[in-house]
Amino acid sequence: MLARVRDWLDQRFGWAELIAPLKKKTVPVHRFSYWYFLGGITLFLFFIQVGTGILLLLYYRASANEAFESVQYIMTQVQFGWLVRSIHSWAANLMILSAFLHMFSVLFLRAYRKPRELTWVSGMVLLALALGFGFSGYLLPWNTLAFFATKVGTEVAGQIPLVGRWLVIFLRGGEEVTGATLTRFFGFHVALLPGITTIFLALHLLLVQRFGISVPPSIEKEWQTPGGGAREIRFFPNFLLRELMAWYVALGVLGVLAALLPWELGTKADPFAPAPAGIKPEWYFMFMFQTLKIIPAKIGFLDGELLGVLFFAAAGLLWVLLPFFDSEGRGRAQRWILGAGIFALTYIAGMTAYAYLVK
Amino acid sequence: MRQFDELGARERCTAVSLITKGRRPTFGREIFFSCLAVLAFLLVSGARAQTKNTCLDCHSVLDPPLGVKAEQFAQDIHAQKGLTCVSCHGGDPATEDPVQAMSRSAGFRGKINRSQIPGFCSRCHSDGSYMRQFNPSLRTDQYAQYLTSVHGKRLARGDTKVAVCTDCHGVHDLRPARDARSRVHALNIAETCSRCHASAEYMKGYSIPTDQFASYSASVHHDALVVRGDLSAPTCTTCHGNHGAAPPGVASVEFVCSRCHVFQAQLFDQSPHKAVFAAMGLPACVTCHSNHRILRPTDAMIGTAKESVCLNCHSTGDPGFVAAEEIHRQLISLEEALVRADQVLNRAESSGMEVSQARLDQGQARDALTKARVTIHAFQVPRVAEDISAGLKVAEQTHQAGVKALAERDYRRRGLAVSLITILVVLIGLRLYIRRLEASKPTP
Repeated sequence: MLARVRDWLDQRFGWAELIAPLKKKTVPVHRFSYWYFLGGITLFLFFIQVGTGILLLLYYRASANEAFESVQYIMTQVQFGWLVRSIHSWAANLMILSAFLHMFSVLFLRAYRKPRELTWVSGMVLLALALGFGFSGYLLPWNTLAFFATKVGTEVAGQIPLVGRWLVIFLRGGEEVTGATLTRFFGFHVALLPGITTIFLALHLLLVQRFGISVPPSIEKEWQTPGGGAREIRFFPNFLLRELMAWYVALGVLGVLAALLPWELGTKADPFAPAPAGIKPEWYFMFMFQTLKIIPAKIGFLDGELLGVLFFAAAGLLWVLLPFFDSEGRGRAQRWILGAGIFALTYIAGMTAYAYLVK
Repeated sequence: MRQFDELGARERCTAVSLITKGRRPTFGREIFFSCLAVLAFLLVSGARAQTKNTCLDCHSVLDPPLGVKAEQFAQDIHAQKGLTCVSCHGGDPATEDPVQAMSRSAGFRGKINRSQIPGFCSRCHSDGSYMRQFNPSLRTDQYAQYLTSVHGKRLARGDTKVAVCTDCHGVHDLRPARDARSRVHALNIAETCSRCHASAEYMKGYSIPTDQFASYSASVHHDALVVRGDLSAPTCTTCHGNHGAAPPGVASVEFVCSRCHVFQAQLFDQSPHKAVFAAMGLPACVTCHSNHRILRPTDAMIGTAKESVCLNCHSTGDPGFVAAEEIHRQLISLEEALVRADQVLNRAESSGMEVSQARLDQGQARDALTKARVTIHAFQVPRVAEDISAGLKVAEQTHQAGVKALAERDYRRRGLAVSLITILVVLIGLRLYIRRLEASKPTP
């Protein structure tokens, strides 16, 4: 049966010719190979997001009057609705975690170096889009915590010079966070961001396929020594089956989290109620949130929060352009990049822990 | 000997106060010349002197009771409305000659006699057309009410120890009752009353207790007002009246309490106790709840346990005793059902189950219990049973919702275990398949 389908496709589209590169494609094997799985796991979790997101769309209603109740309905009345919603929420967080780990693994293994600079840039765009998914999706259940966190989050955007105020109004759909903001965020979450993500995801995967998987410089050196030849496995099916195993492990972790720690719904947002104590964004924004919280109100004659926002904007831009500072024979620049990577990782982890531990 | 104008302001005022009390200071001639000097200065300063309030020049540096701090008087509502010392005390505030300023010919009244204070204040405060210009909504019947009060009646009989306007409102620093710093602000009234009524020494001879403030401080009303900051909660004046303050009589206690506790009063009117209490001369609410020390009522207050107030009148076996026992049993049955449902819902919630609807419904059951606790004032078992059974029905539903949520949790966990085993089996299968694959087709 399978052979008949293959023949059918081959006669019409030249299937054998199309998949020939995949059959020839190989993947290097070494002691850091496990880090390769993070990209695939992120992709897997993204697919889960798309699937569960579509299921949630069957019942979700994007209006201030109905959003909370519709999510409550999904969690209590819809068959396996709790599971779908819980998996959607947990997978979102795991996807961002795995994207961050993927980014740092690429950085420390110097997989971004020539000719893969644009793979890094497209990956960074995808990470930014993932954060956008997180920020817009956080508001959709219209609960108290999300409502006020969105209020604070959009206020931060207002600090950006020149376009800040315009940006706040654009994001909120007015001066305040209202039902208009919810509708807008819903549009970003299910139409705009998925559309842009599809383009960049295709580009990212295309570049990965085009340039293959990078071998860390230290491994390359080892392979060049006598008796240290390169080790590779076929992409299809050997690597893909291993990747499949990683996806199953991710699925297991996701199942445990969704079943034992179902994502909470909280209480319905009341725009007229005072902000409750302990308003905080999702964990992946925590390092920025905490930095802006502890930064002095005034640094010299400049507004502290504005400086913080500008610092993160500048750091983000440099981070995206990181591969362009690295080149063979520029050991000093490589050491700087390594140092920046260690600093960024320590800072993000430290500030996040600080935010959760210190009230 | 020093001239009068060489004296400090305090010494000059002391001198003037001695003159006005008929005592001659040791430097009389100097004062005379100094007064001439002051008069000359006033002539020179002309119109400027007309707008001055020279009273405070002296009285702001004197010790009490003659001293009045300028900044203190500036906070007084009268000062803020444009009244000055002369408005009450008379005299001529424009002259810097203390003798002239406080002369009878200038209309100086001096300190108002204590027994005349209520009547004196009423000259303005009972004049509707005058008061309207300052505060159109302010009542002007305070004096008429005062005359009906115990304070007013005793004052009329010559007892000057009783409270007059200034005792409660203060003097020279009067603030509107809505000002939290006012002695008559809702939060401060009990303490203001207690200054006399909690003093055994001061109240000696009046044959009324002095523990009202201590009792009130332990009450649920004090807790609501002071601890929770609910300004609508009762304080002394809410029940006794303010200007017409008097203890409510046995017959009127019910009306006092019913101003807030409307339903309880209506139910009590329908109860068998209504007629019996009236016949026995017992005050309605106070008989069970006391007057000042009104503690948060508990379910133990009704029933046959030793904390029950029913036992004050009823004895074992009588119909009231049986009814009280049954009402208590019913209240406890709903309370226990609520606790049971709460426990199950808490367990479900801590397991991450969504039980917010059951929580909401639990509120309805709690409302039924609250309603039953009000209904007991009718002292009719069937009426209480009606509320209790409505609450029990909801509590049973919420309990079932919790049990169902826990069952759902267990079902999920079993499903998770099956899924994890399946995933493990697939992982092992994949690993074995890869091993076999790589054994048959070595990697390039």
